[in-house]
Amino acid sequence: MSFFEIFGFALRGVAANKLRSGLTVLGILIGVAAVILLVAVGTGSAKQVEDSLAALGTNTLTVQGGRGGDTGYRTDLTLDIVKALQDKESAPDVKSVSPVVNSAQTLTFGDASYDVNSVIGTYPSYFAASNSVVASGSGFTEEDVDQAARVVVLGPTTAEELFGTTVDPVGQRIGIAGQIYSVIGVLAKKGSTGFNDPDDVAIAPLPAVQRSLTGYGPVSSITIEAASADAVAAAKAEITAILNAKMHVADGASSTPYQIRDASQLLETRTATAETFTVLLGAVAGISLVVGGIGITNIMMVSVTERTREIGIRKALGAPRRVILTQFLIEATLLSLAGGGLGVAAALIGANFEIVGIKPVVMPDSVALALGVCVAIGLFFGSYPASRAAGLRPIDALRYE
Amino acid sequence: MTGPYGREQRPVLDVVDLVKTYGEGETAVHALAGVSMTVAPGDYVAIMGSSGSGKSTLMNIVGCLDVPTSGTYRLDGVDVSELNESQLALVRNRRIGFVFQSFNLIARTSALANVELPLAYAGIKPAVRRERALAALDMVGLANRAEHDPNQLSGGQQQRVAVARALVSQPALLLADEPTGNLDSRSTADVLSILDGLNAQGRTIVLITHEDEVAAHAHRTIRLVDGLVVSDVRRRDITPVGVPA
Repeated sequence: MSFFEIFGFALRGVAANKLRSGLTVLGILIGVAAVILLVAVGTGSAKQVEDSLAALGTNTLTVQGGRGGDTGYRTDLTLDIVKALQDKESAPDVKSVSPVVNSAQTLTFGDASYDVNSVIGTYPSYFAASNSVVASGSGFTEEDVDQAARVVVLGPTTAEELFGTTVDPVGQRIGIAGQIYSVIGVLAKKGSTGFNDPDDVAIAPLPAVQRSLTGYGPVSSITIEAASADAVAAAKAEITAILNAKMHVADGASSTPYQIRDASQLLETRTATAETFTVLLGAVAGISLVVGGIGITNIMMVSVTERTREIGIRKALGAPRRVILTQFLIEATLLSLAGGGLGVAAALIGANFEIVGIKPVVMPDSVALALGVCVAIGLFFGSYPASRAAGLRPIDALRYE
Repeated sequence: MTGPYGREQRPVLDVVDLVKTYGEGETAVHALAGVSMTVAPGDYVAIMGSSGSGKSTLMNIVGCLDVPTSGTYRLDGVDVSELNESQLALVRNRRIGFVFQSFNLIARTSALANVELPLAYAGIKPAVRRERALAALDMVGLANRAEHDPNQLSGGQQQRVAVARALVSQPALLLADEPTGNLDSRSTADVLSILDGLNAQGRTIVLITHEDEVAAHAHRTIRLVDGLVVSDVRRRDITPVGVPA
């Protein structure tokens, strides 16, 4: 008896109780759609983190000071250290060095005031190193730094909060902690990394900020751009050597008074977090798929019990064990595959919408995996009821009421 | 083999000292306590007995639906007790046609598909199968009801479909377990006349009944009491076996 004919029997078996089959299919559908969609959401959020971190620049290093590790010498990040880092001889892989001072301030324009997250005082090279693109107006120059010119470039969030959408900020004069600054440019939007808004900034020349806002103390951090993404490790080694010499850190010291972070490190951490998140979501969804599978077992058990007489008749007419087994296995697989197919369709439709602010990215692997798992579920969860049906002794099956 | 059946005719059914016990120890029930009988090709045997006499148990064992506790059973010369499950399925499919008291047609499946089923399990091609199934339905006078589902047929018609299904695979033995037990007198007459006709064509038939009128159609009556054969009466000679039509 051909597989095709057994398939026909199975199809009739599934169609015989449409509501029950439909509900079972629904269970699998929800499981599969949940797996695909939740994994897609996880992947989407990982991609979002990746994109926004890439926007920060992957060949950027940040040196932060004031980390303890007492060496008996001055360990502040000073402009002297900045000069040492700029030395092309000892740091050939460093493209630019930008000292950064940072302070939260209140900005005013006419009657409007806005508490900006950070006013950054730095060098013009900071724009390139931090991937900050000036969208309108211009950035400041080395000359502005030399003259401690009171000019400022605003982040898009800051500009919008202060000026609204109708006034062009470029050329306006604003107050930063009571000091007058001219707005000369507005940055392009970077988008949120999730925790703080990189667009909520005001960037001004370092001496101007030091003179009017922070004083001439040590800088908060130094942003360094490596010559290329491949040179990040080499640049890091050179910086470490220079800083150790300057701060008199002993060879093999367990801790240093500074910390060097690079964006790719940050990227790895964030991506790892996002992956954990994806796996977690997938696992939760996987549980619902298993529950759906148990639903199949349940329904097939009911079906076998209900059709015990039919199985008995078939066996009395000479149906071999193999045919009965195949028929019930196909029935279970049909249910799970129908659920899987519809689940994939539902997930693909669902993936067109933004879910909790994240655009889901459907992984082709997860679709293939979900469908594969469906067939496996059909075979696995169907095999017990099927073998029970096939193993029934004809006389017991026929006597069953 | 020689004997009362003439040369070259081995019995279709040869049962020796068949015992079937349900349960164990003190609570054991001996449904069959040692039944021996032989049925020759072309014979028409009625097995009678009251409820609990073991006639249904005997029928189930003869039909390869159940296995005896002890004793041997040869069907068409083959020792059935030595067969494994798949071989038994083959025997049920090829050598035995079974007619049940409760018809046992498969629901939501047309009369034709029901009759085709044994042939399908035998691996016969759909076109041939259909032709033979239609011929069998024609033989029981239901060719015009081929596409009807069982619930669209009367009890008598359902049983005639069941008879068609039992004989479609040209089995050596037709077993009928109270085939008229659920039928009115008219349908009973219909079904019995079909069985008579089949026997007249040389088909071997064993039927179970507790009605004397039904048993009267058979050529030989075996009575069972408490799992033992108490009488074996032949009224008519065996129909000369020709090639079944």
